[in-house]
Amino acid sequence: MLRYILRRLAWSVPTLLLVTFLVYIALRVGTDPVESYKRVNPRASRAKIQQYIDINGLDPNFVQGYFKWLKNFITGEWAPSIKGRREVWPALKDAMANTLRLGTAATVVGIFFGLIAGVLAALRPGGRRDVFINTSAFVGISIPPFISAILLQLLFAVYWQKWFGASLFPTSGVYPAGHTGFDLFLMLKFMALPTIIVAIQIIATYSRYMRSSLLDVLNSDYMRTARSKGISERRILIKHGMRNALIPVVTIAALDVGSIVGGLIITENIFAYPGMGLYFLKSFGEGDFPLLMPWMVVIVASILLFNLIADISYAWLDPRIRLE
Amino acid sequence: MPGLTQGFALSEQNENVLSPRQMALRRFVSHKAAVVSCIIIGVLTLFVILAPFTARYGVNQSVQAPPNSFLSPRSNAWLGTDDIGRDLYSRLIYGVRVSLLIGLASAIISVTLGALVGAVAGFRGGKFDDILMRVTDLFLAFPFLVTLLVVRNVLGGLPWLKPITGEMNSVRFIIVLFSIFGWMGVARIVRGQVLSLKEREFVEAARAVGASRRYIIVRHLLPNSIGPIMVALTFSVVGAIISESTLAFFGYGPQAGDGATSLGILVGAAKGAVQTGFWWLAVFPCFVLIIIALSINFIGDALRDATDPRLDRGA
Repeated sequence: MLRYILRRLAWSVPTLLLVTFLVYIALRVGTDPVESYKRVNPRASRAKIQQYIDINGLDPNFVQGYFKWLKNFITGEWAPSIKGRREVWPALKDAMANTLRLGTAATVVGIFFGLIAGVLAALRPGGRRDVFINTSAFVGISIPPFISAILLQLLFAVYWQKWFGASLFPTSGVYPAGHTGFDLFLMLKFMALPTIIVAIQIIATYSRYMRSSLLDVLNSDYMRTARSKGISERRILIKHGMRNALIPVVTIAALDVGSIVGGLIITENIFAYPGMGLYFLKSFGEGDFPLLMPWMVVIVASILLFNLIADISYAWLDPRIRLE
Repeated sequence: MPGLTQGFALSEQNENVLSPRQMALRRFVSHKAAVVSCIIIGVLTLFVILAPFTARYGVNQSVQAPPNSFLSPRSNAWLGTDDIGRDLYSRLIYGVRVSLLIGLASAIISVTLGALVGAVAGFRGGKFDDILMRVTDLFLAFPFLVTLLVVRNVLGGLPWLKPITGEMNSVRFIIVLFSIFGWMGVARIVRGQVLSLKEREFVEAARAVGASRRYIIVRHLLPNSIGPIMVALTFSVVGAIISESTLAFFGYGPQAGDGATSLGILVGAAKGAVQTGFWWLAVFPCFVLIIIALSINFIGDALRDATDPRLDRGA
């Protein structure tokens, strides 16, 4: 097991390099970083531009440029952002913290309710409850997150205020303007709507996964064996059913991180929530290469990490899977 | 008792034998939501094709002389007007027209491409197959919007692609972009199908009588995968329509040249309408988008059930 993990870890380093190289090329072709710099600093001297090119590794030769960028990235010599010449790391760190908070909240809420809904649906397949849960999940998957965001915003923030005097949930930011310090209650209130919107998608997806996975398990031979041994139905469901049904679900959960981040980007933008999504859209819109590259590295690294977790958890949960 | 009734149904079916196509049709019709969805989409398509008659105003025409902006729904503007006094109802019809065009065109291109690539990859296997699956894995693992935006810019940044893609904010560009994205998912599905089909006897028989690879793919493998391909086609249409709206929502969609519009542009305008309380600008476009997405998804779902005989639910 340990050897397997180590080997997988060793493999992910070249993968990370390759993917970031591709991203580097894509960003250079797509956003033309030197042009963006000149656009923001129209009167920059030739020496300034050369310095910008050097520190970001924007040589005409993509391979050389990439390695130059990589060297500066690893040694911690990050270029400041084009716009406003801000330090990149503090901005990225804040964005990561905010997104991690929102993402974790939404994932926990989403998976919890998704699994419960899936189990309830699978217990009596074809029943009224099953049809209801299945249809709701179908509707939930079909509605794109920005649509539900607009409609919920309209209902809970704007019209609630009209009808009842005060809006139920605020619609932007982490704290009201001018707020300093830490306030858990206020933060939860601000996070409520974005969390719900991301969680809806997760609930819908996971209730379907859980349902089909549990149905497979419930029809298997070892369940019949367990029943014939006279174990109580409840115990059978929890010890034999749930445990085995969760194996594929856990794996999918770990692989799904990309789509959760995708939902977060959209939601964060609508609610002006200062996380990774807002960070990306802002810096992408401005073609801000020094801000974009580290963001991409973080995203690629976390996708690889969760892939690794998926593989490991699969092997760990299901000993039948032997890894060669 | 369910065993008994099933037995009855079977013997009954044996008397008047149904072709697989009839069976599929019967299963499709038994999916009530899908039938309703077909009707909805049919009516919508009719409305959109007959746009010159069904729309009350031109795309860019205002409903009355100023003051005409942000009128709430009323008799001369059933769904209200937008910021410069244009009728939302008419604009929705024109917008859905463009969106359906984008959805259909990019779905057809990407499904054709994906089916061919997937069939060849699944049939030949080897290096081509390996590389293809790696690339699709990579693309599909990334957050969708990020890949879409980055690839969009790369496409726009390559001058030698201009003759194919057109201007970056044109409808044609969007179709090319979605086709480039869409084929990967389809290729995967068809590849999986072909992998299992190619081990079957009829393929072996075809090979034994000396059929060429191309003949086997075109005459045996692709027709036998038509079910999953059709399902992929419906889901691609929804995918493209929603992607277009998403892009437009974030300001990267097709531009409203000459006042032309799309569902995405209308939904994008909803973002600004939320805070100001012009609810009709937000509710109606969102509602139309939800209806379209749900209906086509239901149709795809029913198609999947109908064309996959293993999933017979006895209905």
